[in-house]
Amino acid sequence: MGKRVGIEISIAAADAVQMADVDVIAAYPITPQTHIVEHLAELVNNGHLTAEFIPVESEHSAMSVCCGSSAVGARTFTCTSSQGLALMNEIVFIAPALRLPIVMVLANRSLSGPLSIWNDHSDVMSVRDSGWIQIFAENGQEVFDHVLFAFRVAENPKVSLPVMLNIDGFILTHVIEPLEYWDPEMVERFLPPFEPVNRLHPDQPVTFGAFGMPGIYTEARKAQNEALLAAKPEILRTWREMGEITGRTYRPVETYRTEEAEVLFVTMGSIGETVSLAVDELRSQGQAAGLLKMRLWRPFPFEEFRQAVQGAQRLIVIDRSLSFGGPGGPVAGEIRAALYGETHMPVVVNFICGLAGRDVTPDDYMEMYRRSQEMDLAAVKQEDYIMYGVRE
Amino acid sequence: MAKSEDELTWRDLEVGCVISDAGNACQYKTGDWRSMRPTVDKSRCIRCGVCYLFCPDMAIHKTDEGYFEADLYYCKGCGICAQECFTRCIDMVAEEE
Repeated sequence: MGKRVGIEISIAAADAVQMADVDVIAAYPITPQTHIVEHLAELVNNGHLTAEFIPVESEHSAMSVCCGSSAVGARTFTCTSSQGLALMNEIVFIAPALRLPIVMVLANRSLSGPLSIWNDHSDVMSVRDSGWIQIFAENGQEVFDHVLFAFRVAENPKVSLPVMLNIDGFILTHVIEPLEYWDPEMVERFLPPFEPVNRLHPDQPVTFGAFGMPGIYTEARKAQNEALLAAKPEILRTWREMGEITGRTYRPVETYRTEEAEVLFVTMGSIGETVSLAVDELRSQGQAAGLLKMRLWRPFPFEEFRQAVQGAQRLIVIDRSLSFGGPGGPVAGEIRAALYGETHMPVVVNFICGLAGRDVTPDDYMEMYRRSQEMDLAAVKQEDYIMYGVRE
Repeated sequence: MAKSEDELTWRDLEVGCVISDAGNACQYKTGDWRSMRPTVDKSRCIRCGVCYLFCPDMAIHKTDEGYFEADLYYCKGCGICAQECFTRCIDMVAEEE
């Protein structure tokens, strides 16, 4: 059993990175990720973590450094938010193509403009198709566990892909929560030393990042996609193994009070906890409401998702970002695609809310439930969505 | 790499598309970029080798007779040899299918 502490989640995340004994950290400070890298810088400076902390001049350099250090076989960590992720975008796509097992904590924040530092999911959705394994955490414990989990999965030679751990900016990063630290021997059992599949080393030279002509590019992309799909069974197995060590077992799609539920909320990230309060209230009023929380976003858990919505008539999908000119929110778009052609196809009602940190309370989710009940479900189209709370 | 680029399937590629054997760039047929090919009028060639020196792809080699000729597997038809030739003995002629 680990030690139970009350601590700011950013500090806990940095401590988990320290426990993973990383070799290289390259990051540029940006709100709301700052406390994580500041604490890591302190740990390195004070001799509590033997690692290279490389204070780069931009996020583009941060991810470039990470690619280089991971390619030589160093356990590598970075952390960013919003515009920082946008600035590193070019290299974000290269890391999975080179199969470099970098771990990134993305403290989710809205993208400009207007300029905003607050939390939503527009940053992560901009790299949805980059090829990273993408996971969402709901609270501090999940963040701590998943930092260690991310290294284990990323560096698994059957996976060898970068992992992005999404944690809601401020709502998680700046909040003090009770959580259980792992004992060092738990980490030792769970996380073996990093043995890269390929490494840049003069004894056995290889070329990373060669160009690909039209004659090979399609095959390279197919191979990358197959690698991401093949990561899923390894992710599931690693969650089970982590459960044996910590007593906390995670699933790609988490369920809350879904028994006999006719209406399911679908959330990602920290709002799952808020919605669970609304579900409790609805249940106490005799409503057959439940909640699905998407933990694994890439590779998308089609099978588990379809299984989880069996029996539901209506899904209230909450999106924390907007796909301009598209089908509303990216999560609802994916879910509608996942359900298309199924014999049992629940109606998807899509609410976009909580943009740039605007508060959404349990009462608001009750209101969304009420509004979805009043809708003519037969008339809901694939591209329909509601921007909840927008002033008309 | 035993197979040529056009024969490789996605399963044949190494993890992350790394290239583990050295020197395989010589398999890459840059000659199929070419739209003009160099032709040499040997009667005017003084066998000085300036074309050989300037060829950016090292596609020009010396023959047993001491003349210089381009290996059309690699020659991209850039025309630098013709430009540099002192006696103007190299002509670039259009490739015709």
